[in-house]
Amino acid sequence: MAQPKDFGFGSEEQMVRDSARKLLKDAAGIETLRALVARDHKSAYESAVQPAPWDERLWRQMVELGWTALAVPDDCGGAGMKMVAVAALAEELGRAAVPSPLTSTLIATMVLRAAAALAWLERIAGGAAATLAATSPTGSWELGDVAVRAERSGAGVTLRGTTAFVQDARKAAFFVVAAASEGGVGLYAVAADTPGVTIQPDRIADLTRDQARLELDDARFDAAAIVAAPGAAPAAMAAATPAILTIVAADLCGAAEWQLQTTAEYARVRTQFERPIGFFQAVKHPIVNMMIAIDRARSLTYAAACAIDTDPADAPRLARMAKAAASDAAAFCSDRSIQLHGGIGFTWECDVHLYVKRQKHNQFLYGDAAYQRARLAELIDATGGPAAASERFEGGATPSESTLA
Amino acid sequence: MSERTTTPEQSEFREYCRRWLAEHRPAAPSFRLPQSPIEVMTEEQRRYLCDWEKRCYEAGLIGCDYPKEYGGGGHRGFQSIATQEMGRAGVPYMINIIGLGMAAPTILNHGTEEQKRRYLPPLFAADEIWCQGFSEPNAGSDLASVQASAVRDGDNWIINGHKVWTSLAHFASWMIMLCRTSSAQKYEGLTYFIVPIAGAKDVTVRPLIKITGETGFNEVLFEDVVVPDRLRVDEVGKGWTVAMTTLLYERGAAEGAGSGGGTSLDVRIDQLVALARRIPRSGGSAWDDPLVRDKIMQLAIRAEGLRQTQRRTRVDALTEHPMRLPLQMKVQLSELLQDLAAAALEIEGAHASLYLGDAHAPDGGQWPLAYLNSYGFTIAAGSNEIQRNILGERVLGLAKSK
Repeated sequence: MAQPKDFGFGSEEQMVRDSARKLLKDAAGIETLRALVARDHKSAYESAVQPAPWDERLWRQMVELGWTALAVPDDCGGAGMKMVAVAALAEELGRAAVPSPLTSTLIATMVLRAAAALAWLERIAGGAAATLAATSPTGSWELGDVAVRAERSGAGVTLRGTTAFVQDARKAAFFVVAAASEGGVGLYAVAADTPGVTIQPDRIADLTRDQARLELDDARFDAAAIVAAPGAAPAAMAAATPAILTIVAADLCGAAEWQLQTTAEYARVRTQFERPIGFFQAVKHPIVNMMIAIDRARSLTYAAACAIDTDPADAPRLARMAKAAASDAAAFCSDRSIQLHGGIGFTWECDVHLYVKRQKHNQFLYGDAAYQRARLAELIDATGGPAAASERFEGGATPSESTLA
Repeated sequence: MSERTTTPEQSEFREYCRRWLAEHRPAAPSFRLPQSPIEVMTEEQRRYLCDWEKRCYEAGLIGCDYPKEYGGGGHRGFQSIATQEMGRAGVPYMINIIGLGMAAPTILNHGTEEQKRRYLPPLFAADEIWCQGFSEPNAGSDLASVQASAVRDGDNWIINGHKVWTSLAHFASWMIMLCRTSSAQKYEGLTYFIVPIAGAKDVTVRPLIKITGETGFNEVLFEDVVVPDRLRVDEVGKGWTVAMTTLLYERGAAEGAGSGGGTSLDVRIDQLVALARRIPRSGGSAWDDPLVRDKIMQLAIRAEGLRQTQRRTRVDALTEHPMRLPLQMKVQLSELLQDLAAAALEIEGAHASLYLGDAHAPDGGQWPLAYLNSYGFTIAAGSNEIQRNILGERVLGLAKSK
């Protein structure tokens, strides 16, 4: 039950992180990102169908490096790495704001793992991109009001209805769809090119991903599509939720660190009143507050990842905390990154908006900070207060006034 | 060296601490104990807490990682375990907080062999209480403008000056004191001394009354006080460097010779939830109010975040800059304690008006007191505004605000 002091973040995990940071720095730097998604404001927001640009060559490189298979268990052809490694990779993807289906694929992997859908996990290990399609058009993050119906047809299944807010839908090879039937909600893996499956792209603010509605019009699938039988989806989703929240929290933390470093750099070089603006405490102190917010969120994110690896009973609590803290940190960092850049920060040519939009999107994804805190309070009602949880950590004393004199 | 694993000796020591604390927890006193060691006022409080600290020292829970020849336990990685277990057991805090947390590590790092042998053992045992003389009426945030002077006179120094906000001076045998030995240079003109307080000739300790109505800290006046040169810590002109060591420990960025006990943040959050469940609100309890729940959860997340950041401080692979996390601890902890107390007052509603000693006050009226006292932490040890300057300048390379 006791968690390792170092979050289980060893040399192997560090290697994953460092190699990701290097590749993304070389192949997906800020100039590359700008050229890819923000070259032309008209086509970004005004074309009939919003473009969903991504670097498919970089995607193939990621697959070759084993990033898509990182969280796939060994026996399905994956690397079976720890969640702390997955979190580190997600953090790097956020830092570079990479437009790629990797985050969505990692999230789908977590659900397929929870449902023990080995054949589909093997597909991911083989390089297929996947994404979760479990949200209803109401936008509720609860699994309760699924707007897709599943009907048995022979050994297979027919799906009818709409699922919305599907991430990276136009980059995915298959979807993991939640659908209701008399026996309850089940999960179904659905290839994107199946007849009766239509992707209706949303027009979104974030330029680093795409999002869509998925229309299922009597789309028929064989038995292999059944990932979780009717009634089994809630348990699988509950088991995967801490990992999903941790991945998004890590992406938020990585992007927030970019916002911090970019804003601090601007405050070092931009001069007004004959001084770098970072001299002024009205600029300096908010930048420090960005750092404090990030470090809180980042510590909680690695704690949540470590709990998923070593202490699953405590993972829901820590993952909700991580997602809440990371969402709040991202909101604050986004706000200050525009404001402290002044006039230039309000322009299309300044890269700050690319990150602000990605952050806003991730803040709300799978529940914003207030949503997570409401779930956390329910957790306290169900399991007792935080002091009960403090038995789990050996590293360092719990702070009190005695820490300060 | 970061400790990746726990040694068998450390696990055994943890078990020992748990057992010892369970068996030797002192009986609750008949009088009220203040919320933190720097608010200790009365002789009966002092005696009770000194007895307790001495027993902890004799049991090996204090000074664990200090060398044996200086009265320590000679271990490695034991102090954090003892401190954590004392916090977990919720036993009374260590009264000699300034001695253990600041004077001991400063003397260990900068003191002479003689100073280490003479001063550390009675410090650990709470036989001698320590206080700190840094701030002056005109040297607060700008600490290096200290004016208290030390003038060489043969083998002695003659000290004159006025120190303020001096916690525990009314019980102290010794003060760690920052003095000006040259007015030619601001930083290099400072020297660090150990100065006798209790019973010393020409030293006057006067209590200052805090906004809580309590005493607990003081001003200390020095008029031609003679201090032998062997009480000087490190070289003449090195006072600023030595003071930086003290401050590193004071701000919780490094671990001293022990602390522990008192009310941990986890317990505070539990208390807040319990309080909200007890306070009636709109036909239910305050805990039923989504805004109250959200507010308490925000605090719970900050408390857990602080604990996990403390854990991450020791993991080199997950830190960008060596001082980035340690320098945040004081800001974060002091503001969290303040916001916790403020939230408790909001939850209490009308009951928040009831102060210490009122028979109907929830939790004995401790929350209004905790709120007022919390400003001691956000102002002391370098105000949080100064801490943010230091973080911005040292960690993020922003232009210096001076």
